[in-house]
Amino acid sequence: MKLAVGPLLYLWERNAVLEFYASLRESPVDIVYLGEVVCSKRRPLQREDWSDVARMLTEAGKQVVISTLALIEAESELAALARTIGTSGGLFEANDYAAVECAAGRPFVAGPHLNVYNAATLDLLVRRGARRWVAPVELPLATVATLAASHREDLQVEVFAYGRLPLAFSARCFTARAHDRAKDDCGFICGDYPDGITLYTREDQPFLTLNGIQTQSAAVQNLHSHVGVLRDGGVNVLRLSPQSRDFLAVVDAFRGAIEAQSSPAIPAPFLPGDYCDGYLDGAAGMSNATPWRRDPAPG
Amino acid sequence: MTEAHDVELVCPAGTLPALRAAVDHGADAVYIGFRGATNARNFPGLNFSAAEAATGIAYAHERNVRVFVALNVYPSPASWSVATATIDNAAAVGADAVILADPGLMAYAVQKHPTLRLHLSVQASATNWRAIEFYRREFGIRRAVLPRVLSCVQVERLIARTTVEIEVFGFGSLCVMVEGRCALSSYATGHSPNIQGVCSPAHAVRWEETPQGRQSRLNGVLIDRYAAGEPAGYPTLCKGRFRVNDTVFHALEEPTSLNALDVLPRLIASGIRAVKVEGRQRSPAYVAQVTQLLRRALDQCSKGDREAATDIKDALDQVAEGRTHTLGAYHRRWQ
Repeated sequence: MKLAVGPLLYLWERNAVLEFYASLRESPVDIVYLGEVVCSKRRPLQREDWSDVARMLTEAGKQVVISTLALIEAESELAALARTIGTSGGLFEANDYAAVECAAGRPFVAGPHLNVYNAATLDLLVRRGARRWVAPVELPLATVATLAASHREDLQVEVFAYGRLPLAFSARCFTARAHDRAKDDCGFICGDYPDGITLYTREDQPFLTLNGIQTQSAAVQNLHSHVGVLRDGGVNVLRLSPQSRDFLAVVDAFRGAIEAQSSPAIPAPFLPGDYCDGYLDGAAGMSNATPWRRDPAPG
Repeated sequence: MTEAHDVELVCPAGTLPALRAAVDHGADAVYIGFRGATNARNFPGLNFSAAEAATGIAYAHERNVRVFVALNVYPSPASWSVATATIDNAAAVGADAVILADPGLMAYAVQKHPTLRLHLSVQASATNWRAIEFYRREFGIRRAVLPRVLSCVQVERLIARTTVEIEVFGFGSLCVMVEGRCALSSYATGHSPNIQGVCSPAHAVRWEETPQGRQSRLNGVLIDRYAAGEPAGYPTLCKGRFRVNDTVFHALEEPTSLNALDVLPRLIASGIRAVKVEGRQRSPAYVAQVTQLLRRALDQCSKGDREAATDIKDALDQVAEGRTHTLGAYHRRWQ
């Protein structure tokens, strides 16, 4: 079972991005997804910077995958997509069928936004070059397991194991809207929120997270205590989604769980909103079958 | 440039009376769904049995109106056989097209019913010509319904790059998220448009009268609270009021309807082939009224009018969610 670092979903400053990826060099992760999935306007790094990061991680023994946009509207975004796929020597992650079309049979990772819910669709993507499949976040493990069973030999299966869940995309930038700014004149206000802006109900329940055109959960989905059933279900790769703090501790906790050692404890959530894991059993994603205990168990 | 009379008016029907209403009031095509979790309006008391569909299709065809069957969920292994049976039924009763979102189902339809016309559902989230090209090349889709996230300019540019017919939403409820890429409902309730064909389902809704006012909840989550006398709307979760930083507001979208009337001449000039009305959950009276109004608007455009008559806009506002309307993403500033 492998550990993957998902694409950075937020806008961080250049130095923070570089430091984050440098910190992964010595960490026990196997796969690192680079690139922008949410907003084509964000450019924290130049293309040469991304190449340097990719080379540094590859030399450290990590598999580097270039992720691509989930919502592609403009001609310029299609051109950038074709360029990314054309120049990436290794794997890329398709998050829109435009990317699958661009791939023209080259190997790729079928990202979580391609809506694969059944074997017929998965078979089609495997025939078109998919080598790994990241399940949609709302797909129950039972369904993931059924689909995984039909591709034991030719496909890796990845699930979103840790992080605020990417739930929706819009043409509208909700971060700009919350600041009364036009999308075209956003001033990159999302850069002020390294883990997104928490949206609360009117009785102060942390409910969702605004991240530009993306809406995420406020709770962090945490499948740390389910690593065994994930493995039994045919899951080969666990995706950990970057956050601004405690990330290496999260990596260590998951690595411990995979190795079935006396696993280091998962850090307490530092974001408003608790841990959740409801999607695993097909329940409401925000629910929590194994409530997080803030107090360590006695002994 | 496409002439307005080439643009088809596609209207919703959740029941046989609604289908007749749409046909009688000027629809060129009507779209329906079969009962069960196979389409994005899987509501109690709604949708067609195979026999009802056959009756409806006969009624429509006698009046030269086409009928499309929407099967726009993403079936899981457990519901796969129901979904394929639905396609078989649609073909058997003589549907003029099936509206699909799932690539696996399209592959099935092409193999089993090679002459059945395929439309790409809005739930397939195809927002660019290259994604549409994937479905055209793989399955020979004839038409794509665009998600409600593109500006007029983006619609124009997309049409210029594809040979597939393009259908756009003209009137009805507004999804602020890219259709098919929204799991907000399943996050809160366990039921989603993609899997069960529902959003913010009625079984999860609770209304409460409290000292602070009337409150709506979705699976326990407070979606909105209304002051005395304030009109209360259905708690679709993206249209609730929430707190972001220190402000309570409609953080995602107001309860409002999409109305593309103001840009209809421009959309027609850019080459759209069909205008769609949302609302298979609506009453026959609503369907009749909206169909009649959109028919008039389209006919006026075909005579060269650049602007829809004020009385059409006013009448549509009267039946709109929140009694207000927006151009949505068609107008860049909305984004």
